[in-house]
Amino acid sequence: MQKNGPFALAFHTLIVLFVLAPLIVVCLVAFTPQNTLSLPWDGLSLRWFAAVFHHPDFVASFWNSARLALFSATISTMLAVPSALAITRYSFRGRDALNALFLSPLIIPHLVIGVAFLRLFSFIGATGSFGWLVAAHVMVIMPYALRLILAALNGMDLSAEMAARTLGAGEWTVFRRITFPMLLPGISGGWLLAFINSFDELTMSIFVTAPSTVTLPVRMYMYASESIDPMMAAVSTLMIALTGVTMIILDRLFGLDQLLVGKG
Amino acid sequence: MTGAATRTQPRPLAPFLLAAPATLLFVGLILLPLALTAVLSFNVYDYSSGVRNQYTTANYLTVLQDPYYLAIFWRTLRLALLTTVIAVLLGTPEAYILTRMGKPWRSIFLLVIIGPLLVSVVVRTFGWSMLLGRDGLVNHALAVLGLEPVQLLYTETAIVIALVHIMLPFMVIPVWTALQKLDPTVEAAALSLGASRFTALRRVVFPQATLGILSGSLIVFGLSASAFAIPGLLGGRRLKMAATVVYDEYLIELNWPLGAAIAIIVLLANLAIMLAYNRMVERQAKRRLG
Amino acid sequence: MGFLQLEQVSKLYGEFAAVRDFDLEIERGEFISLLGPSGCGKTTTLQMIAGLVTPTNGRITLDGRDITREKPARRGLGVVFQSYALFPHMTVAQNVAFGLEMRKVAKAERDRQVAEILSLVKLTSLADRYPREMSGGQRQRVAIARALVIKPPVLLLDEPLSNLDAKLREEMQFELRRIQRVVGITTIMVTHDQAEALSISDRVVVMEGGKITQVDHPYSLYEHPKNNFISSFVGKSNFLAARAMNEATGVSLRVDNTDLKIPATGSYPGGELCLSVRPEKIRLTDPAGAMLHGPVSSRYFLGNHWLLSVSTPAGEISVAVANLGAPPPSEGDITGLTWNIEECRVLAAEQESALQS
Repeated sequence: MQKNGPFALAFHTLIVLFVLAPLIVVCLVAFTPQNTLSLPWDGLSLRWFAAVFHHPDFVASFWNSARLALFSATISTMLAVPSALAITRYSFRGRDALNALFLSPLIIPHLVIGVAFLRLFSFIGATGSFGWLVAAHVMVIMPYALRLILAALNGMDLSAEMAARTLGAGEWTVFRRITFPMLLPGISGGWLLAFINSFDELTMSIFVTAPSTVTLPVRMYMYASESIDPMMAAVSTLMIALTGVTMIILDRLFGLDQLLVGKG
Repeated sequence: MTGAATRTQPRPLAPFLLAAPATLLFVGLILLPLALTAVLSFNVYDYSSGVRNQYTTANYLTVLQDPYYLAIFWRTLRLALLTTVIAVLLGTPEAYILTRMGKPWRSIFLLVIIGPLLVSVVVRTFGWSMLLGRDGLVNHALAVLGLEPVQLLYTETAIVIALVHIMLPFMVIPVWTALQKLDPTVEAAALSLGASRFTALRRVVFPQATLGILSGSLIVFGLSASAFAIPGLLGGRRLKMAATVVYDEYLIELNWPLGAAIAIIVLLANLAIMLAYNRMVERQAKRRLG
Repeated sequence: MGFLQLEQVSKLYGEFAAVRDFDLEIERGEFISLLGPSGCGKTTTLQMIAGLVTPTNGRITLDGRDITREKPARRGLGVVFQSYALFPHMTVAQNVAFGLEMRKVAKAERDRQVAEILSLVKLTSLADRYPREMSGGQRQRVAIARALVIKPPVLLLDEPLSNLDAKLREEMQFELRRIQRVVGITTIMVTHDQAEALSISDRVVVMEGGKITQVDHPYSLYEHPKNNFISSFVGKSNFLAARAMNEATGVSLRVDNTDLKIPATGSYPGGELCLSVRPEKIRLTDPAGAMLHGPVSSRYFLGNHWLLSVSTPAGEISVAVANLGAPPPSEGDITGLTWNIEECRVLAAEQESALQS
C-alpha cells in the first residue's frame, strides 16, 4: 500500500485541527478564572463548574435530559428489537415499506418533526407532558437503535439457532438462550446510540418542551442566545466529557468506527 | 447453507405481531402529526383571533412571494450548497488519506473525525462562537500577526464554517465506506500499468468514491438546509435560515399556519432532492453494469 | 429395511427441484457420505433429515418411525454445521451441556456426560474456554462433542472439514472416523471433496442436479464409475472417443483410421461411446507395440509422482508415474502408452447418461 505524502499529511493535520479546535477551546475556556470568555492564561479555576452545579435551571435540565434519554432509549430499543426481527427473519408483503417507515425520521428534518409534534400536542392537549416528550424522542431515536440491531441480526450466523433447535430447544428457548444473547452487543450499542442522540437532540425538542420539561441542549441554546459567559463553556465541557466516556464504552464494545460508519 | 433453506418457515402472523407496536406508533406519531401540520399550513390565521377554521393557500403564496421569505430561502439554498461543496472538497481527500493510513492511526483519526458527531450541536456551535467572536481566538491570532480584526460572528462566513465543521463526518463516512470496498492493490495495479499518481486517482479511485460522495452530499445538503442551532447562534437576529424562521413564526410571531407552510416546503424540498438523488444513483449503477 | 430410510424424498422451491426422488437405505452404524458439487442438493438432503427443511414429497423413517414432518427438536439427531454454529456466548462446557439441559438432565449427570464426551474429543483441558479463543480444529471438536453428547441415533455432518486448512483437514478426517467407530454411531456426511468421501466412508452417495447418480463403496465407486461425471468428479480420468463395433464382441477405439479393439465386458448400445482411463493406470512403454504413442508435451514433478501429458492421435492423455527414483521421459521424448484392458471403463459418449451394466 502507498503511504501518504507530506502534502497529504499537512492537509490531514489541518483538518484534524479544524475538527478539534472548537472542542478544545470550549474545554480550555471552561477553566478560566475570569468573568469573560477567555483562555486560562493565568491559572486554572473550577469556579464555572461550581457555578453550573449551583444553577438550578441547568441542574434541572440535566436531570430532565437524563431521564428523558433513559426512558426513550429503553422504549425505542424495546420497539426496535421485535421490529428488526420481523424485518430480517420474515419475508412478507410491505416489508420494505415498513423498513422505510421506521427509518423515515432519519430523512425528515427534525425541524419538521418538531413542528408536527407541536401541532399534535396542542391538538390533544399534551403540551408540557413528560410522557409525550418521551414519545416524541422515541420516534426520532428509534432508527438509530433499529439500524444497529438490523445490522447485528443480518450479521448473525443463523446456524447457531438451528443448532439449538436440533439439540431440542423450542422457539422461545432459542430466542432467550441463543438469539438474544448473541444480539446483546448490537442491542446495547443501539441503546447507547439512541441514548446519546436523545440526550443531544435540540431542533425537535425546542418546539415541544415546556418550561417544566426543558432539556439540557434546549436550556443551553436559550442561555447561549441571550448571554455568553464561561459557564456555558463549563456545561459544554461536562457534555464533551460525558460523550467521551460514552465513546470509550462504545469503542470497547464494538469499535466505534464500525458502529458509526456501519457495516453497509 | 442456502439462504432459502435457512429462513424460518413462513408463519404469516408472526412478523405483523412483532412489528405492530412500532408500526402503530409510527403511524400515530409520525404520519398523523405530519398530516395535521400539512392541514394547518392551509389554515387562515389572523393576529387578533389566531388560527381560524377556514382554509386558504395564502400562507404558501405569502412565503413564495414575499421578498423577505424568498431572501431567506435563497440564503438557505446558497449556504447549504456552499457547505456541501466545501464538505466534498475537504471530506473526500480526508477520507482517502484515512484509508491510506497505517494500522493504529487509521482508527484513531477516524474516531477523531467522526467522534464529534456524538457531541451536542449546541456545544460545537458554542465553540465556534468563541473562536469567531469579536474577542475570539481567530481575531487574537490576527492581532498577533499585526492584522486588523475582522467581523466573523453573525456573518454567513461563520455559518458556513460551523456548518462544514458539523457536516464533515457525514461526508467522510460514506466516502470512507465506498473506498473501503476498493481493493488497495487495484490502485497499485494501475500504477504498475504505467498510470501516473494523478491518473490512478482519477481513473481508479475517484469513480469508486463517486457514490459515496453523492450520498454524502445528499445528507450534508439536507442537514445544512434544515440546520437550526448554527444559524440561530451564529447568524444572530439578522441572518435567518429556513429553520430559524420557522422557529420565529411558531414561537415568537405565533403564526403557526405560516410556519407550517415553510416547514412543509422544507420537507417537500428535502424529499424532492432525495428522489432526484435516487434517480442519479440508479443511473450511475446502470452505467456500472452496462 | 434400513435403520434410516429415505423414500422418494423431494424438495421443490417453486419450479426448482433442489432434491428429486431421493431413495436411500442406511444401516445402523454406517458412515455414509453425500458427495457432489455445490448446488447438487446434498445439503438440502441433510437438512431434510435433520428436520431443518420440510420435504415437499416422500417419507423419511428412522428405526421404523416416520419422522418426515417432525420438528428438529423432537428428532434428536446430532448435527454438526459447516460453520460449527457454536454458541459464542457460552463456554465449551456450556455449549456441550446445552442439549442435555434441554433434556432436563440433572446437573451432576450433565457434568459427568460432558466430561466424558470432552475426553473423547480430547478437549478436557479447554472446557472453560470460549469458542473465539480456540482454533478451527478445536471448534470442530466442540461441535462434534455437542452433537454427540445427546446420544443421537444419527450424526449429521455438513461439510465438517471445509473450514480447516489442508494439513488439519487430513488429520481431522481420520479423527472423525475414529470417534465414529468408538461411538458406533450412524453417520451421514455432506462433502464436495471426493478424497474426504473416499477415505472415511463405508458408502458414498454421488449426487448431481438433485439426484443420486451412484451409491457404492469407495473402492468400487472409484474403479467402476457409472458415468463421465462421476469418473471426472471422483478422481481424475482420461476420456477417449470410442465406438461400439458389435454388441457381443466389444468396443473399438478409433485411432488414425485403425481400430484398437477392446474386448466386451458387458453389452453396449450402438453408437458413440467413451473410454475412461485413470492416469495412474497407464504405463509408459516402448513406442513400438504400445496402445498409443506420442511426444511428451508437458511434465510436472509432484513429489510422490510425476504428471505427464502425452500428445497421442487420440488426444492429450494424462499419465501419473510413481516416483520410483528414475525420472520419466522429458518433454519432447516419444513414449508409448499401455494399460490393462480391464482397467478402462466404457461409458456413453454423452455426459449425463449412465450406462446400465
